[in-house]
Amino acid sequence: MDFLRPASWEEALAAKAEHPTAVPIAGGTDVMVEINFDHRRPEYLMDLNRIGDLCEWEVGEESVRLGASVPYTKIMENLRAELPGLALASHTVASPQIRNRGGVGGNLGTASPAGDAHPALLAAGAEVEVESVRGVRRIPIDAFYTGVKRNALAPDELIRAVHVKKADGPQQFSKVGTRNAMVIAVCAFGLALHPRTRTVRTGIGSAAPTPVRAKTAEEFLNAALEEGGFWDNGKIITPSVAKQFADLCSAACNPIDDVRGTASYRRHAVGVMARRTLTWTWESYRGARRTTEGAA
Amino acid sequence: MRVNFTVNGRPQEADDVWEGESLLYVLRERLGLPGSKNACEQGECGSCTVRLDGVPVCSCLVAAGQVEGREVVTVEGLADYAKQRSCASDACGTSLQNAQQWQAKGDSQTGEGTELSPVQQAFIDAGAVQCGFCTPGLLVAADEMLERNPTPTDADIREALSGNLCRCTGYEKIMDAVRLAAARQGEAV
Amino acid sequence: MSSPNGTPTKITQGSQTKGGIGESTLRPDGTLKVTGEFAYSSDMWHEDMLWGQILRSTVAHAEIVSIDTSEALATPGVYAVLTYDDLPTDVKNYGLEIQDTPVLAHGKVRHHGEPVAVVAADHPETARRAAAKIKVDYRELPVITDEASATAPDAILVHENRDDHHAGHVPHPNIVHRQPIVRGDVAQARKRADVIVEGEYTFGMQDQAFLGPESGLAVPEEDGGVHLYIATQWLHSDLRQIAPVLGLPEDKVRMTLSGVGGAFGGREDLSMQIHACLLALRTGKPVKIVYNRFESFFGHVHRHPAKLYYEHGATRDGKLTHMKCRIVLDGGAYASASPAVVGNASSLSVGPYVIDDVDIEAIALYTNNPPCGAMRGFGAVQACFAYEAQMDKLARELGMDPVDFRQLNAMEQGTIMPTGQPVDSPAPVAELLRRVKAMPMPPERQWESSEGADLRELPGGLSNTTHGEGVVRGVGYAVGIKNVGFSEGFDDYSTAKVRMEVVGGEPVVTVHTAMAEVGQGGVTVHAQIARTELGVTQVTIHPANTQVGSAGSTSASRQTYVTGGAVKNACELVREKVLEIGRRKFGTYHPAWDTAELLLEGGKVVTDGGEVLADLVDVLGEDAVEVEEEWRHRPTEPFDLRTGQGNGHVQYSFAAHRAVVEVDTELGLVKVIELACAQDVGKALNPLSVLGQIQGGTTQGLGVAVMEEIIVDPKTAKVKNPSFTDYLIPTILDTPTIPVDVLELADDHAPYGLRGVGEAPTLSSTPAVLAAIRNATGLELNRTPVRPEHLTGTSLSEA
Repeated sequence: MDFLRPASWEEALAAKAEHPTAVPIAGGTDVMVEINFDHRRPEYLMDLNRIGDLCEWEVGEESVRLGASVPYTKIMENLRAELPGLALASHTVASPQIRNRGGVGGNLGTASPAGDAHPALLAAGAEVEVESVRGVRRIPIDAFYTGVKRNALAPDELIRAVHVKKADGPQQFSKVGTRNAMVIAVCAFGLALHPRTRTVRTGIGSAAPTPVRAKTAEEFLNAALEEGGFWDNGKIITPSVAKQFADLCSAACNPIDDVRGTASYRRHAVGVMARRTLTWTWESYRGARRTTEGAA
Repeated sequence: MRVNFTVNGRPQEADDVWEGESLLYVLRERLGLPGSKNACEQGECGSCTVRLDGVPVCSCLVAAGQVEGREVVTVEGLADYAKQRSCASDACGTSLQNAQQWQAKGDSQTGEGTELSPVQQAFIDAGAVQCGFCTPGLLVAADEMLERNPTPTDADIREALSGNLCRCTGYEKIMDAVRLAAARQGEAV
Repeated sequence: MSSPNGTPTKITQGSQTKGGIGESTLRPDGTLKVTGEFAYSSDMWHEDMLWGQILRSTVAHAEIVSIDTSEALATPGVYAVLTYDDLPTDVKNYGLEIQDTPVLAHGKVRHHGEPVAVVAADHPETARRAAAKIKVDYRELPVITDEASATAPDAILVHENRDDHHAGHVPHPNIVHRQPIVRGDVAQARKRADVIVEGEYTFGMQDQAFLGPESGLAVPEEDGGVHLYIATQWLHSDLRQIAPVLGLPEDKVRMTLSGVGGAFGGREDLSMQIHACLLALRTGKPVKIVYNRFESFFGHVHRHPAKLYYEHGATRDGKLTHMKCRIVLDGGAYASASPAVVGNASSLSVGPYVIDDVDIEAIALYTNNPPCGAMRGFGAVQACFAYEAQMDKLARELGMDPVDFRQLNAMEQGTIMPTGQPVDSPAPVAELLRRVKAMPMPPERQWESSEGADLRELPGGLSNTTHGEGVVRGVGYAVGIKNVGFSEGFDDYSTAKVRMEVVGGEPVVTVHTAMAEVGQGGVTVHAQIARTELGVTQVTIHPANTQVGSAGSTSASRQTYVTGGAVKNACELVREKVLEIGRRKFGTYHPAWDTAELLLEGGKVVTDGGEVLADLVDVLGEDAVEVEEEWRHRPTEPFDLRTGQGNGHVQYSFAAHRAVVEVDTELGLVKVIELACAQDVGKALNPLSVLGQIQGGTTQGLGVAVMEEIIVDPKTAKVKNPSFTDYLIPTILDTPTIPVDVLELADDHAPYGLRGVGEAPTLSSTPAVLAAIRNATGLELNRTPVRPEHLTGTSLSEA
């Protein structure tokens, strides 16, 4: 095994071009487990910790450019307003020690369906900025996950940042685990309301081979909200709409039985989380609307 | 490979490090600092918690090569670290705190002459140590929390220590210890 | 060879107070443990040491066709690769009671993860790579995984040609041991029952999950022997099993207890001890072996999973009429402590209740599942889970309050156990229930705060699954009975060597035992006993090793009783000798030397009236007084193999719990809000440590109620979750406040009246939590741990 220590992003890209099998390591919270337990012996380990740029973020007009290695702790502490769904998800990641090291780049690189960031990114809308010596490209999050622990990266590419749309409405994230802390998701659900476009987006974790959106459920809800004039009148979402949304989210799952839970539990739990997060976000939207109206 | 970094304020050099080695292994097996513990090596127990450039991390998940040029504090350096912190903030005026530590020592002279940080002393006094394997990691995590949040609620303590498993105590005495350390810190200021 | 780094040293502890029994003195090893200086077995280090690595079977049941180690041996940095063929003597098996466990697999593996070969190399990674190069050709065999497959007419025998002492009386060779207990006339008593409830219960496989992994360092010695620094629960038991395999006399296998990172039963059996010694003797170099967490799940036995079938009857006015039960424990591939676990499960299967007519059967199976043996609570835990569920069912059938019902049937001093043994010390079962019920209830909706719901106080915690939706509170009670000490006629003794001398102008007592300090605080208590008995403040605790007689096991809640008793006894003998010297030196100066009852207090010889006769410093002068003596508790008897009758236990221990839980009934997530405990400890020698034991034991019971389970694939008998990622133990956010009410009713048969404390709280905590979940959900819940799918009707596979 060789240990590569690029001092700059350019050096890292060059190294990755030269050694496409090199495994990048930043927080180490996935890679080191695999090494410690003899599950993986990469030819090259490439440390990204010396590239300070990866730990920085910029808040722009439309989106936040989040460096791949920004630790979850920093997201929780600093980006709660801009990225509320991701901040909530960050808070559910493992333990304080892990949140101090791990970042979204690792979740994306590993592309495990259980990664906590995925549902939040899918719901918010995001693009993954990847780069190689051949150039930069942005991969829409919907096109990023290509299979179980597989993603759209080319062998010579590295993840540099994620561009996440700034919240224009309430967002929620909810995750089921069989312990109250330090637990891998049995399943997870992210929901974002986008009042500006009058759409909702979802993200489901650990209930299909890849993180997925419940697109049918989104379309149903978009239509139901539009038809009922809910965005304008701010009425409480009728229980039957919430229920159908929840059922459609369950139906979007393609889960398996494993030691963490049964497929049917996952399907069930995603439905419950969908209904609850819809209630929470919608209540929040109505509250904000009332406040705005009151001010006007 | 060779790795140079600072541990508990002292420059250290580790040679012939295998590229897959963790910081934990280097501390324990190469630098003679076995205080950080090897309970799970997958970031699920917190026994190996150290501070890396001030931030609590699981040293089992840091590749040795990643600490090149960085600063690490382990449980072995915790007392000094806490002392320097209190010196920096109070111009070394924490006489009450020192006095209490001295008194408390009367009943546990086994480490006679050993100066302890408030949180270390509190763990002994409150009965938070049984087998003690989780203790070093908990101490590093608890000390860092008290640095950030000198007056934590119970829920704050639980959240901050939720990455540190203990199998012996049922955590009650650990809660007592952190409350005690916070209270003593508060009195000392 | 020189002593390795981390060799334990004497610890001297003083005290500003009397520091005797009944005080919460602090741990003598506390400072070392908080500074990181305390050396655990995995911290041992020796110049030029090698690392051992074990190759384990990847299948559960197979014939070994061939093993090829040549490539591994040729790996640079590798010093030795050993298989069964390299074992030096005819003794190739070990075991606590039945020597059925191969040191290295011989022709066959019987469970997933069984040791097949061992490697020594100069770096752990080299050892791992070399182990991976060993080629083992397995011919797989069908797996035996439960009672049906174990006792089927054509079942493969897990162990052929059994000749152990249980082989003759078991109904099938795949049954390790069977213990029936028959008392009274169940058929007759059944007729008096107005209500009868039946239940079939399942207890999942729990792991001790001590944090310090199995580890040790074997150092070859110049005389051809070996010195093993090891974390264990019983040095002498290890020694008896190790020496014959090495072909060495016991005095050439020196053992020193290294720091132990928890045990809970998981270190009663050998793990890497023999492997490290073999490699050290073969290579002539010190060899260290440290399991990682994955290997640890294969490296020690687990708590027996169990199926329990119960029938209870009661009269309309709430008196129990009879009980029938059948307890099937899965012992896995090797016997370990299974026979004794069967004895406990059967003899304690009635629980702390008065039932005169019983028909009980407990068996342990041989299967190809992971071996199971000792874990805190030892057979009594599984039974308690089932009989307490039955008590709730009965109370419900009768329309009675579950606590009232239990109190009405609670045993007391004088009750006859189903084994025919009278309970001859306090058994305050009803009182413990009364106390735990009387504790104030935690506030309702404690998760509500001015800023909305505090997620940390809700089911699901920070995962943000509920803000109060679906959350229902439930309350449940349970009480249990555990035996203390080794039972069934076992010669359960301990040895203490106590020395008093003047050091630096002060009398100092040194206590030397072979007791394994595993975290329980035995060393604290020994110092307290020495201070109480010998009136000194300075006590030195000598490292535990095999240079002193056996202390017995640190298990069965027995060490404070038995080794504590041995230390007390040795101190008393030292005191007599000291007084003899005093009489010789000073007797002529004061008549009280011959006429009064004399005590040692505050470093002086005093009369019972408080008059000071002499300073210990003057009495001792240059002399040292030393006594090494064995001490036994009163003997027990084996249980009759047909009727189960016999005075099998030496003492009983009781605890009761009240659990308050909140269940997210839609998601099936549970938050335990409070787990209150009342326990009788006879006499709290160190109240702070007693609380630590009760709260720790309670939490392990909580773990197996809602999350802890080793999952074994029934098709392959392979372990599916050998990691802390998927074998979950409670975090501090899963553990509630645990208020404790300690009762101290002396047992006149025990030193200071004490009662073993460590295990009882592990019994009743699990059924109390289950009862509370049933109370919240109205579900039956006949298995533990209860998982979200059990609470949401989603446990069946979609396929």
